[in-house]
Amino acid sequence: MKELGATLLRKDAFSEIVIGNTAVVRAMIEGGTRVVTSYPGSPTPEIASAIKSMPAAERPFYFEFSTNEKVALEVAFGAALNGHSSVVFFKSVGLNVAADSFVQLSMMDITGGMVVLLGDDPGANSSQNEQDNRHFARLACLPLLEPADAQEAYLMMKEAIALAREKRSAVILRMTTHVCHAKEKVSFGPWRPEALDRRPRFDSEGWNYIPLAASVLPLKRFALKRLEQVRERFEASPFNRIIDNGNAKRGVIAAGTARLSLLDALEGSAEPPDILELGTVIPLPRSLVMRFLSSHEEVKILEELDPILEAEIKSLAYDALLRTRIIGKVDPEELIGEYVPEKLRAILAATWPDLVAPPPSPRQAGRKVPDRPPQLCPGCGHRTAFQAVRAALEGSDITVADIGCHTLGYLPPYRMGRVLLSMGHSTSTAAGLSIYNDERRVLCFMGDSTFFHAGIPGVVNALFNSHNVTYVMMENGTTAMTGHQDHPGVGRNFNGEAPRIPVRSVLEGLGITNIREIDTYQVGKLTQAVKDAVAETGFKVVIAKHPCMLKFTREARRKPGWYARHVRIDTGTCTLAHDCVERFGCPSFQIIEGRAVVVSNDLCIGDGSCRQICPSGAIVNAERA
Amino acid sequence: MASKGKSSFDIYMIGVGGQGIGLLAEAMARAADHAGLVVKGCDTHGLAQRGGIVTSHLRLGAAAHSPLVSPLGADLVVALERNEALRAARTYLQDGGVLVWYDATLQPLEVRLGEAPAVTREEVEDECRSAGASCHVVSRDDLEDPREQNVAVMERIAALGLMPGVGSEHFKAALGDLMEGKSLAQSLALFGEAP
Repeated sequence: MKELGATLLRKDAFSEIVIGNTAVVRAMIEGGTRVVTSYPGSPTPEIASAIKSMPAAERPFYFEFSTNEKVALEVAFGAALNGHSSVVFFKSVGLNVAADSFVQLSMMDITGGMVVLLGDDPGANSSQNEQDNRHFARLACLPLLEPADAQEAYLMMKEAIALAREKRSAVILRMTTHVCHAKEKVSFGPWRPEALDRRPRFDSEGWNYIPLAASVLPLKRFALKRLEQVRERFEASPFNRIIDNGNAKRGVIAAGTARLSLLDALEGSAEPPDILELGTVIPLPRSLVMRFLSSHEEVKILEELDPILEAEIKSLAYDALLRTRIIGKVDPEELIGEYVPEKLRAILAATWPDLVAPPPSPRQAGRKVPDRPPQLCPGCGHRTAFQAVRAALEGSDITVADIGCHTLGYLPPYRMGRVLLSMGHSTSTAAGLSIYNDERRVLCFMGDSTFFHAGIPGVVNALFNSHNVTYVMMENGTTAMTGHQDHPGVGRNFNGEAPRIPVRSVLEGLGITNIREIDTYQVGKLTQAVKDAVAETGFKVVIAKHPCMLKFTREARRKPGWYARHVRIDTGTCTLAHDCVERFGCPSFQIIEGRAVVVSNDLCIGDGSCRQICPSGAIVNAERA
Repeated sequence: MASKGKSSFDIYMIGVGGQGIGLLAEAMARAADHAGLVVKGCDTHGLAQRGGIVTSHLRLGAAAHSPLVSPLGADLVVALERNEALRAARTYLQDGGVLVWYDATLQPLEVRLGEAPAVTREEVEDECRSAGASCHVVSRDDLEDPREQNVAVMERIAALGLMPGVGSEHFKAALGDLMEGKSLAQSLALFGEAP
């Protein structure tokens, strides 16, 4: 929508087609949120895009991308201590990074209240796992709400903000990928702006904010008591609903997007079960659940990922000596993947074969359609860097991946970076791989945004403990994978100019002198630099530096005088060696009639990085059209 | 509108990162909204902006709950690329449904490496025939920019009335919500509007 910023700032009530990520921003505005922080990660970056659509001077709250999720959470916490209603948002695995501070929140008297908005990723659509962060809510004794669609995301965000403020607590809003990205026409309320209260209201006399030794137990007691108060509120919450289909035998308890898939699966069913839809998941509204259980003979629990509701509901029933048959997860497959409509239909058909038919079997026909794995963009500098590293290494050498676009190097034809855990792991995993290893040289990759996020401690450790690792910094001047957010090395933050912290200066400041810095596109020089570095001992740095080509080209397009540049194949020179296709692997090179190479002008951006890798020099700059 | 006991009208869209599935999906949803239909939808991208597959789901009618279309459940499949047209026709198109696709080709890696033969137009048509589905191919040589292919497909959807109750005027209104200036004028020109 071209006027998104103005729409979000409307004073009157209105409705608009938006995704869940946009809907929660309007909730922040209406709810009086003052400070919002984040670290970019799918499925949440569009929240920041919606924030950015509002002119900076009209934004009713402060926003920053912090250096990582833990830092973002702490900034939001600190702001809330001063009385400002705050929100921090990040992706599922971001909570692992933030966890060290997150688990303390329930013991705090958080004056302005804060909301921790999680973008969980069942199905691992864009994450390295599909962890169920409801576990973390239980661990941290914090309330958790779970919307199923964009309208509910808006309403629950408003409730979370209000609840956090009222209880001076942290509250979790757990969205999932297909709630963040689900779109529908959402009805919004009016916005009545209130004056900003600039008084710093932090009161260390009114509360003990130092959880140490003896003070921890009373604080925990307080946290549990506060959670019980929230449970009472949730017992009457409109976000929990019973759909009464008059079925005394069968019931279903469902939460999250499973609720929607369930309703789809039941369409046309002759005797649909009664349904208890749960929106306030932690703490569980036990009385409501007990009433539902005791009025049915069989109850199936439908929750994506882990059996968290199931375990608690079964223990409730056990304590109450209830005879209701509670059907939880039966097949291990029920623990895996999203509860999309067809999956839910299969689960339901296995539970009650007379209720719904299983989903149709795949259509048998023809040959397999060729796969289309994600790949590096045309012109991406990482591709050139992988060429150079591959040429510099021997087959048995070990390459360690990190998180970023360059993770895709593990795919053919590059096969670079063959083990991955998390943001910033590469240096230390590489360090471990180098112990007792005199045969296979160890090289790790890391991007510049990741360096600032969680990469620095691993580098310091490699120096501190004298590890023998070649460290390839893939410096592209942005956070590319999540949509080109600025990072501390750029000289700009979300709100404007900022001090630039060059990666190289940080490394030099740590005392590293063995640094080679090469333009990523100079494949020969980069190859030599890596060759030299891996032949030395100790911690060696190779910086492969060039702006992200996708970002660079997008910006160049907007400048006057821009014209489309391409390369072409000089067919008289081409020997059909196919290095461009098979080794370089730029998608711009396409094969026609089984052999000849042509350049797709729809894809080629004319960077010319491929010209260096053609053994016959057949790739040439195309004449200007 | 109903088929096989399903009372929503379900649309599955597919293309390759960079082809403009995002705009297509947004305009389709807004066109249906302008026509007074209840819409639910969801883009699925993940890592797909890196030349991978991008899909979008759109469901029309108050009976739709999940924003996701089920496999073999789409009344209408819209594809912007030949390989993806075949993929979606096989996995999402319901028996007797409709496929509309733009005949552009972006070769997948296996084809470029010579590990799989290129998909042909006939394979897409055969797939539709075996599903009892109708198949509409779009291919225009008057486009200034391949990024207009998505609009060309919408023009065909409107002209053939492939979305029940949604006409050209609704698509044009939707494009007006999303675009401005020269790109809007170019898009409207594909709908036969004089510049």
